[in-house]
Amino acid sequence: MKIKNNIIKLFITFFKIGAFTFGGGYAMIPIIHREAVEKNHWVTDEEMLEMLAISESTPGPIAINSATFVGYRVAGFWGAAAATFGVVLPSLIIITLIAFFLKRFSEYKAVRYAFMGIRAGVAALVIKAFITMSKKCPKNITAYVFIALAFVSVTFFDISAILIIACGGVMGLAFNLVFGGEEAGK
Amino acid sequence: MIYLELFWVFFKIGLFTFGGGYAMLPFIQQEVIAKGWLTLEETTNFIAVSESTPGPFAVNIATYIGVEKASIPGALCATFGIVLPSFIIILIVAKFFFAFRENKYVKGIMTGIKPAAIGLIGAAAFSIFYNVFIRGWQGFSKFTDYTFLYSAVIFTACLVLVLRKKSPILSIAVSAAAGIAAGYAGEALGLLK
Repeated sequence: MKIKNNIIKLFITFFKIGAFTFGGGYAMIPIIHREAVEKNHWVTDEEMLEMLAISESTPGPIAINSATFVGYRVAGFWGAAAATFGVVLPSLIIITLIAFFLKRFSEYKAVRYAFMGIRAGVAALVIKAFITMSKKCPKNITAYVFIALAFVSVTFFDISAILIIACGGVMGLAFNLVFGGEEAGK
Repeated sequence: MIYLELFWVFFKIGLFTFGGGYAMLPFIQQEVIAKGWLTLEETTNFIAVSESTPGPFAVNIATYIGVEKASIPGALCATFGIVLPSFIIILIVAKFFFAFRENKYVKGIMTGIKPAAIGLIGAAAFSIFYNVFIRGWQGFSKFTDYTFLYSAVIFTACLVLVLRKKSPILSIAVSAAAGIAAGYAGEALGLLK
């Protein structure tokens, strides 16, 4: 019975998190922290930090990773499933509604003008994302070369982004094995 | 079959997107725009929609493309696809946990993946910038083109806003209002082509 209650609570909590955090990703962390650590004591501070670090080394959005992790810790597989479904459901509902309206609205001239402006604004948002990510990059020549290679391969040669990530992983591993752990690329 | 295709495309994207959010964009470009499912312009518009609605960008764009292509079942397939890789990987890590992050192989792999993911975001930023400002370049007369000029003003204003850590929603609201004003003003003055 306890497990069942937990599963329902996980679903509701992560549904709220999914429904009220704008911008996704790192904007969600304080709210997940409040719900999962402070209010419900599902995971400890340390586990939360560990989980965020793991999120950075695994693919996928941080919201999904946290939901799955916390859910599993509390109530095993079904806890993970409930939390993940909860965090995704608001997006599914809201975006489905928006998709139906977006087409209709875009026939209005004002909306088309608005999006002309918005596209310039979005260019700024994505450049900001690039700057923020760059700050978290290891500061060494090898890393800079990797960034440049990835950029050039996609932009000018249209090489598959999947291949680039895979190559990055293999090259990073090879570098570390050859030059040894912490010293790699320095 | 469209459902399976949606699932598979987003499963691949979910499996290879490190760093979340905008790191997906080059994958969207290669897997979704190349298929003709969405244009770059529509994708850029959708970034604004996603920033102004709750939920992670990855889930939002998967749902959106799914709905556009195959209605609600399509949205479910695409979203299930983007979520599944994270779900499986985190389950495995949470179950065995053995100092995953400290593992020397994981560390090595990540020293290569991190910069590659940053390069990919750079490429996405470049292609959106290119599409807004450089495409259709016909010599330096472009600098006096009305749309180019007001886009440049909006771009600069938004860059200042986000660099000062203002909410992205503010940038979107400002750029939408400015776009509407510039559009009607341009129309009244006969500046729009």
